[in-house]
Amino acid sequence: MLKTLVLARREMAAYFFSPVAYVIGALFLAGSAAVFFFGLSPLGIPIFEPVLASGSTASLRPLFEAMAAIMVFAAPLLTMRLMSEEFRSGTIETLMTAPVTDVQVVLGKFLGVMGFYAALLASTTVLLAVMAAYSKPDIGVAISGYIGMLLLGAAFLAVGLFASTLTEYQIVAVIVGVAMLSVFALLMQFLMTHLGEPWNLIAGRLSALDYFRSFARGTIDTRALAFFLTTAALFLFLSIKTLESRRWR
Amino acid sequence: MIDVKNLTKWYGPVLAVDNISFHIEKGTIVGFLGPNGAGKSTTLKILTCYLPATSGTVTVAGCDVLSQSLAVRRQVGYMPESVPLYGEMRVRDYLMFRAALRDIPSAKRKAAVERVAERCWLSKPEDMMRRRLDELSRGYKQRVGLAEVLLHNPAVLVLDEPTIGLDPAQVRSMRELVKELAGEHTVILSSHILAEVEQICSHLIIIAGGHLAAAGTPAQLRQRVTGPSKVIAELRGADGEDLAKAVKAIKGVREVEHTAHGNWTRLVIAGDSDADLRADVAAMAAEAGYALRELRREVGSVEDYFVQITYQQNMQAGNRVATPA
Repeated sequence: MLKTLVLARREMAAYFFSPVAYVIGALFLAGSAAVFFFGLSPLGIPIFEPVLASGSTASLRPLFEAMAAIMVFAAPLLTMRLMSEEFRSGTIETLMTAPVTDVQVVLGKFLGVMGFYAALLASTTVLLAVMAAYSKPDIGVAISGYIGMLLLGAAFLAVGLFASTLTEYQIVAVIVGVAMLSVFALLMQFLMTHLGEPWNLIAGRLSALDYFRSFARGTIDTRALAFFLTTAALFLFLSIKTLESRRWR
Repeated sequence: MIDVKNLTKWYGPVLAVDNISFHIEKGTIVGFLGPNGAGKSTTLKILTCYLPATSGTVTVAGCDVLSQSLAVRRQVGYMPESVPLYGEMRVRDYLMFRAALRDIPSAKRKAAVERVAERCWLSKPEDMMRRRLDELSRGYKQRVGLAEVLLHNPAVLVLDEPTIGLDPAQVRSMRELVKELAGEHTVILSSHILAEVEQICSHLIIIAGGHLAAAGTPAQLRQRVTGPSKVIAELRGADGEDLAKAVKAIKGVREVEHTAHGNWTRLVIAGDSDADLRADVAAMAAEAGYALRELRREVGSVEDYFVQITYQQNMQAGNRVATPA
């Protein structure tokens, strides 16, 4: 447990020293802020309503839903270096010959990126402050939205971490991670609205963004809770097994 | 201290290490020699629990590397060949981080870091400990790597090519340091620079083509290259055949080869024991009235031996890739 925290601390510090992490963080914040002020309607099709628009209701829902969608790309970018860089630079050799277990390494890395992600989320509260200056945001929705973002982040970052254990090339880790998340977030979303019964119901059960919607509405749905937690646990488990497989491959 | 039995490692269809067995005593400095691609690094990676063996057993300080991996890792300090470090960290932070991973209690970490920094010449210049690791030169990175393996005072140190990339002054101080470490630590260092290994190591293990080619002290290996004893003499006074016959008559001479060098005859005399045949050859020449121009004992270097056996191994190198059944 202690060593997990030692590893997590180093990992988190590495994010704060890394220019790449700042760029990814900036893109995440810029994307969230863009939706907050302008909404998103490519080719005139409104996907996200602007949150801060005069005359409309000041609902936080589009903001959270946009942040969740951005995470499909941001999560693999944040996690790409976790294991891939260790493989690439050879530091995995010194790491794995120290008295640490594979479980400690994976959990340490996961907690490290969760720490950086939590800091990133905390900085988006600035948008709430802006909103509070003009209207009365719903505190309940804000709280459940952030809980949802943490849970969704845990699941997405675990998927990204798993992708990173597969390869020494960070770019490959990103592509694999985005592909996996796209299936569960974007593709299932699409199938849910375009397929007939019973396929649309099955797709809905697998759609991460659909689960997230309940948090963005201000409710805490235990099904969503279970979905995100088990997804995180599954992919952490797979990461540990992939790392272990190095020993018998 | 270290026991390797029938160690074999396949990388897919490539046989990297083929049935190697050896034993290393506590407190010795062992040189691990071999040409590039001989299987040195692979063997060291198995010893340090980084890679699993395909078959065979390895025990370090009484613990099996596979079933008691954590116990082995606690007692071993391993510096890989490339000295990988986290570039964004500072020297002190890195050493503190590694000290924490090495189970050093937090109250003692600072003292441990100071101790190894002093020992590995990192305490000067003043700001060295605050520098970023990716800004350091190769030599300083190497020192940080060495400092790191000394942090927890491990019983066994495994250094893969510790002097590669260092300047001559640094190579010398690295050697001195390794020598100092003997006694309280068991040190295994790999190298393909023979002169260096001959100087610091009390034992040598030579592997080539994945096989154990030879093991022993440098003196023992030197002896093997020359055979028990070899004397070169150049004589004049009779034709080659007769000279060879006369020399062969000396007690203790096993074999004589002769070649003509102008009107002198060059004789390579192999004896059967450790005995020095020079005095006997000189006495024979004086008695028979032959002129003697040169008389010396051939002392082989480990290098000769190394070249000799690795050459043999290279001839068989084709056998290392399995043919698909």
